[in-house]
Amino acid sequence: MSNFRIALCGNPNTGKSTLFNALTGLKQHTGNWAGKTVEMKKGVYTYKNDQYEIVDLPGTYSLYSNSLDEEIARDFIVFGNPDITIVILDATALERNLNLALQVLEMTNRVIICINLIDEAEKLGININEKLLMRRLGVPVIKISARNKTGIPMLLDTVSRVISGVIQCTPFQIEYDEETERKIKILEPMIDRIVGHDISARWLSLRLLDGDRQLFEQIEERKARNREVLINGATFHKTKTGIK
Amino acid sequence: MGLSKKISLFEGEKGNIIKITDLNIDGIMRRRLLDLGFVPGAYVEVLRKSPLGDPVAFRVSNTSIALRKEESHKILGELV
Amino acid sequence: MELHSTKQKQALNELFQEADLLSSTQIRDQIVGQLYRKSHQLVKEGVSFTKNKFDHRTEKLDAIFTSPVFGFPIMLVMLGVVFYLTIAGANIPSSMLAELFGWVEGYLTLFFTELNAPDWLHGVLVLGLYRGTSWVISVMLPPMAIFFPTFALLENYGYLPRVAFNMDRLFKTVGAHGKQSLTMAMGFGCNAAAIMSSRIIESPRERMLAILTNNFVPCNGRWGTLIVLASLFMATGFTGGMKTIVTTSVIVGIVLFGIIITFLVSWVLSKTALKGVPTHYTLELPPYRKPKFFDTVIRSSLNKSWSVLVRAVKVAAPAGILTWILANIQAGDSSILLHIVQFLDPLGQAIGLDGFILMAFLIGLPANEIVLPILLMGYLSTGALIDVDGIEDLKKIFIDQGWTWLTALNMMLFSLLHYPCGTTLVNIYKETKSAKWTFWSFIIPTGIAFFVTFLIAQLARILNWV
Repeated sequence: MSNFRIALCGNPNTGKSTLFNALTGLKQHTGNWAGKTVEMKKGVYTYKNDQYEIVDLPGTYSLYSNSLDEEIARDFIVFGNPDITIVILDATALERNLNLALQVLEMTNRVIICINLIDEAEKLGININEKLLMRRLGVPVIKISARNKTGIPMLLDTVSRVISGVIQCTPFQIEYDEETERKIKILEPMIDRIVGHDISARWLSLRLLDGDRQLFEQIEERKARNREVLINGATFHKTKTGIK
Repeated sequence: MGLSKKISLFEGEKGNIIKITDLNIDGIMRRRLLDLGFVPGAYVEVLRKSPLGDPVAFRVSNTSIALRKEESHKILGELV
Repeated sequence: MELHSTKQKQALNELFQEADLLSSTQIRDQIVGQLYRKSHQLVKEGVSFTKNKFDHRTEKLDAIFTSPVFGFPIMLVMLGVVFYLTIAGANIPSSMLAELFGWVEGYLTLFFTELNAPDWLHGVLVLGLYRGTSWVISVMLPPMAIFFPTFALLENYGYLPRVAFNMDRLFKTVGAHGKQSLTMAMGFGCNAAAIMSSRIIESPRERMLAILTNNFVPCNGRWGTLIVLASLFMATGFTGGMKTIVTTSVIVGIVLFGIIITFLVSWVLSKTALKGVPTHYTLELPPYRKPKFFDTVIRSSLNKSWSVLVRAVKVAAPAGILTWILANIQAGDSSILLHIVQFLDPLGQAIGLDGFILMAFLIGLPANEIVLPILLMGYLSTGALIDVDGIEDLKKIFIDQGWTWLTALNMMLFSLLHYPCGTTLVNIYKETKSAKWTFWSFIIPTGIAFFVTFLIAQLARILNWV
């Protein structure tokens, strides 16, 4: 029996909470994370003898930290060590929702894309070719209806198979214009040296080009905290909240 | 398409479809608008005005988003 | 270690400098633009539409709910219906619970007599702790168990964003954000939770306005007080369904008054301490979706109602004990409680209340739910012990203490306007991280509460209405 941690993110109004409720039933509580005063809903479910803790992140339109909620969601995906991140998309507004999914694919390796409200979409005559999306995006894409609880067994199975490594994810990375790509190439090795390989250097380069210094200061802070733990001999394992 | 056809989102009538060309807003609001799909090249439909005339709801990326006059009159586009 | 971190800092600075050279203001546009082009391409390839893709049901419903003609009346009616359901529905279970607790209390007392337990022990545990707690439960639980699920249903259905859409113009006029109507709606359930929910307002200035004024929406803890007083003193002479309707109208009136105060305070603040241009308004209007009825009801009852109730009971228990002790420990010629009451009385009288009421509001700082129970314990500790069987007996107690409609009205207004409860204040501090603003969030409502009630009391007395 092992314990795994899942981050659940998505746009507002995508039925994120409905999925969270469907997965965890009433086994939920709100807890703080990493000393922040921010409350996040957590829940637990068991599947094939493994225990999964799901963290319901605030619904956001992007992960560029324009607001407190976006910062919380982003920080958890990057620093909270989730074993997997589920991005939940609204089947009836796929275009805007995919925008967020593409951002997550740049940030982390193990991602499952979950297209919710598939029943609504069918009613509106929207047909989604998830196999094609899966090929294009390089991660599992699953159609569900959290309301009617369809597709959930498939989702649970995929989660466990991605975590165990049976399914390999190769998240699609957006290619930007030549100019931006050239800049990324310059920053990437510098970032690699300073931050290490734990966080995608490509993504960090992009964030830095976008002017997000605060993110780097946070990384330094977390590193310093981890070093202290090591030096004080409190534990030789990195803390759960530290950098992977 | 001539320049004469450029209007702001706020000037659009219910049912109009406007292709965005310029976003004359800076800072966080610009970022927020971009996140929501108000990107140059996107098609926006004017959905409805609120009972008191402002804000106005627009359909963008197949979702409805309401904007106040202050912002919507700074988003320009071509009437389609 | 020190050396290491300086080297690290240096490297980081170099990185920042390099990035500054490379960065341009258009980079975000390019990134997001590229993301959207990709999303668009993916949708084009992977999604096909067999029907006209627009959701006509939502369009049609929006034509009604946000209509220039029906939009506002529907909102008012919705508000009224939610309150009516809460008040009418809570009535019977409330009195049943009260009866049940009264019945149990009889046995508890019997049990204590059987054990030859000392009077003080019976007083502290039964008359203090048990009575205070059971009061809170019977007055608070039924309205909560109806209000939270009803509210959650409206929320899940998608109606609430339409309220924010309709109301935004009004909020903009006073310099606030339309989403403040959502945090206010949340406030009807619990102000402390509403303060947390103010995060949905992205711009700091408007968010602060929402936080500072949220208290003018009566939360569940104050509903009990409002409902009891309105039905006892405002709906006199009416019976049955009519009585409930009059009570509901009075409550809707009180709520509207609170909303007016919210607008006034927002307006004054955004002209003074929180000056600035209204900014950052985007609001999504999601499609209407039929909520899962039972799931929503059960979840909101279990999560919300239960946690609010637990919090109330946690506060009610010690407050009940404290009140009993204060009322039963003699200092000089009378109890400590009476000393406090006598001290507060002149101030209370000036605003149409009395010393007992102010004392109850003071002890009730941690949670508004306990104000009425504490007031009753205070009153009962003075005169002959009346056995409170039903809500009508309450009126007798109040009348004996010299209450008039003015006392009831001003207590309702004071309850509506006064300082936020302890939990809310803590949350305000957590969210604003500012002692100054937390202080103001206490002072502003309290000042207004005293001012309004003073004005009404003086006016009523001058005009000989009482």
